[in-house]
Amino acid sequence: MSAALSVTTVRKSFGGLVAVNDLSFEVERGELYGLIGPNGSGKTTMLNLISGALQPDAGEIKLAGATISGLAAHRIARLGVARTFQLVRVLPSMDAERNVMAGAVFGHRSLWGAELHELARELLALVGLRGREHVPVVAMTYIDQKRVELARAIASDPQVLLLDEWLAGLNPSELAIGIELIERLSRQGRTIIMVEHVMDAIRTLCGRCLVMSSGRLIKEGGVAEVLSDPEVVRAYLGDDDA
Amino acid sequence: MTRFLPDEFRIPAIGAGVIVLAALLPLFDDGFYLAMAVNIVLYAALCTAWALFSGPTHYISLATAAFFGLGTYAVALGNELLPFPLLVALGAAIAAVLAGFVGAATLRISGVYFVIFTLGLAELVRQIVSWAQVKWSTRMGLYVFTDFTEAHIYWMLLALTAAVFLTGWLINRSRLGFAMQIIGNDEAVARHCGIDTARLKIILFMISGAFIGMAGAIVAPRYLYVAPPSAFNPTISFLVVIMALLGGTRWLWGPLVGVIPFTIVMEFVSANFPNDTSIVIGIVFLVIVYVLPDGVTGRLEQLLARMRRTSTASKAATVKEAA
Ligand SMILES: Nc1ncnc2c1ncn2[C@@H]1O[C@H](COP(=O)(O)OP(=O)(O)OP(=O)(O)O)[C@@H](O)[C@H]1O
Ligand SMILES: [Mg+2]
Repeated sequence: MSAALSVTTVRKSFGGLVAVNDLSFEVERGELYGLIGPNGSGKTTMLNLISGALQPDAGEIKLAGATISGLAAHRIARLGVARTFQLVRVLPSMDAERNVMAGAVFGHRSLWGAELHELARELLALVGLRGREHVPVVAMTYIDQKRVELARAIASDPQVLLLDEWLAGLNPSELAIGIELIERLSRQGRTIIMVEHVMDAIRTLCGRCLVMSSGRLIKEGGVAEVLSDPEVVRAYLGDDDA
Repeated sequence: MTRFLPDEFRIPAIGAGVIVLAALLPLFDDGFYLAMAVNIVLYAALCTAWALFSGPTHYISLATAAFFGLGTYAVALGNELLPFPLLVALGAAIAAVLAGFVGAATLRISGVYFVIFTLGLAELVRQIVSWAQVKWSTRMGLYVFTDFTEAHIYWMLLALTAAVFLTGWLINRSRLGFAMQIIGNDEAVARHCGIDTARLKIILFMISGAFIGMAGAIVAPRYLYVAPPSAFNPTISFLVVIMALLGGTRWLWGPLVGVIPFTIVMEFVSANFPNDTSIVIGIVFLVIVYVLPDGVTGRLEQLLARMRRTSTASKAATVKEAA
C-alpha cells in the first residue's frame, strides 16, 4: 500500500530565495509526523505546497499514490487534504457552527441540512466547545478560534491533516489540552503532519519528524534520535524556541 | 401555538405581498407616478441583480451597461422576427455568455483590474455595436414598435424584480450562497474548504448579467428608437453602483433601500436642474463613500448591534447587582 503522502524532490523558490530545496519524505497512514526547523526554514511553504496554496517549481507530491502537485487548492482539498493556518484564519462574519460547517459542505463529504448541523455540533464538542455553536467567532479567544479552525479542518474528514503551529501562542494549561486533543485525533487513525516549535509537543506526540533548515532536509527519523543530533542542535542554536 | 408560516418563509411572503400591492399602481395613475415607478422598479431589478454578484464578492462591476444594452439590442434587432418573451430570454442568454467570458478572463485577477476591465468592456461593446450598425445598416438607430403600454412594461419589470429577489433568496439558502459567504470572508480558506472559487464567481456573474440583460430587453419598447449611446449608456453602470452601495449589499433587500429615495431625488433633480444632474450624482457618490461606507442598511445594522450591546451590558449589570 502506498504512503499516505509522499513528497519527492520538491522545490520552491521566491525570486532568488530557495524556500524549499529538493525536499523528499514520506508519511505513512495514521502517522503523526513532525515538521520542525528554525524560523524561515520553509515549513509553512512546504505545507502550502502540499495543500496547493503554492505550486512547486519542481518535484512531485502524491496523496495515497495519486499525484496532487499541480492541482488547484480546492481540488486537493476535495481529495482529502485539510489544513489550519499559522495565523489562525476563521470566517469572521459567522458563528462557530457555520465556521465548522464550511469544512464539510464542499469536499467529498458534501453534507447539507440537519446532518451538517449535527456534524458541526459534534466536532465543536470534540474540540472542547460544546454549547458554543452560536457564539460569533470574533467574540472568541485566540485558543477557541484555533479550536474552531481545527474543527473546520477535520469536518472534511481529511486523509491528511496539516497543522501549522497549531499549539503556538497557548499558555501551559491550554497547551496540555491542545496536545491531548491532537493525540485524540491521531488515535482516531488520522494522518497528521504538524509543524511545531514546541519541542515538548513533538516529543510527546510524534513518532518521526523531519528537520528543515534553509529549505533543506537536515535530518529525518525517530524523534528522540533526531532531536539529540548535533547538527539539529546546531541548526536551532540562537533560536529561542528550541 | 401553530404559526401561519415558518420563520424562513416570512420574508418571501412579505415580499410577495409588496409585489402584489405594487402591481395595482397602474390602476390609479398612468402618468407621472407610473413613469417614476417604472424607473424605481427598473433600478430595483438592476441593483439587486448587480448585488447578487458584487455583494458577496466585493468586485465592483461597471459592465451593467453592456449587459443591459445587449438585452435592449436583442429586442431591437429581433422584434419583427421572434415573439417578445423569446427575445427577453435571448437577451438574458447573450448577456450571460458575455458575463461568462468576462468572468473567465478577469475574475482570477484582483478587484481593481476587474473594475477597469468591466468599464473598458462596456465601452468596447458599445463601439463594436456602433461600428456594426454603421457598416450594415444605413441608420444609426433602430425603431422598436410594440403594443406595450407603460403599464405593461411596469408589470414586466415588477415580475423581473420578483424573479431576481426569489433567485437571491434561493441562492442564499443554497450551497452556492454559503460558498459565496465563505469566499467573501476569506478566499484562501474557501479554496482549502474545497470551493472552486473562480467557477462559482463566474456562475454568479452570469446569473447577475442575465437578469440585467433581461431588464434591458424589457425596457427596449420604452425607447421606441434604440441607438448605442442610449442602450449602452455608461451612466446606467454608475447609477447602479451608487444606488446599490447607498442601500448596502449585505442584505438582499439592501439595494432597494438605496434605489427608492435615490430615484425620487434624481427625478426631482433632473426636472429642476437638468444641466447639473451629473454634479449631483458625483456629490452623492462622495457622500456615500465617506459617510455610509456600508450603505444605509449597514449603518442600521451597526446601530442595532450597538443598542443590543448596551442592553445586554445593562442586563448583565442588573444580574450582577442581584447576585
Ligand atoms: N509568498 C512568499 N513570497 C516570498 N517569500 C516567501 C513567501 N513565503 C515565504 N517566503 C520566504 O520563504 C522562507 C521560508 O518561509 P516559511 O514561512 O516557509 O518559513 P517557516 O519555516 O514556516 O518559518 P516560521 O517558523 O517563522 O513560520 C522565508 O525566508 C520567507 O520569507
Ligand atoms: Mg511558518
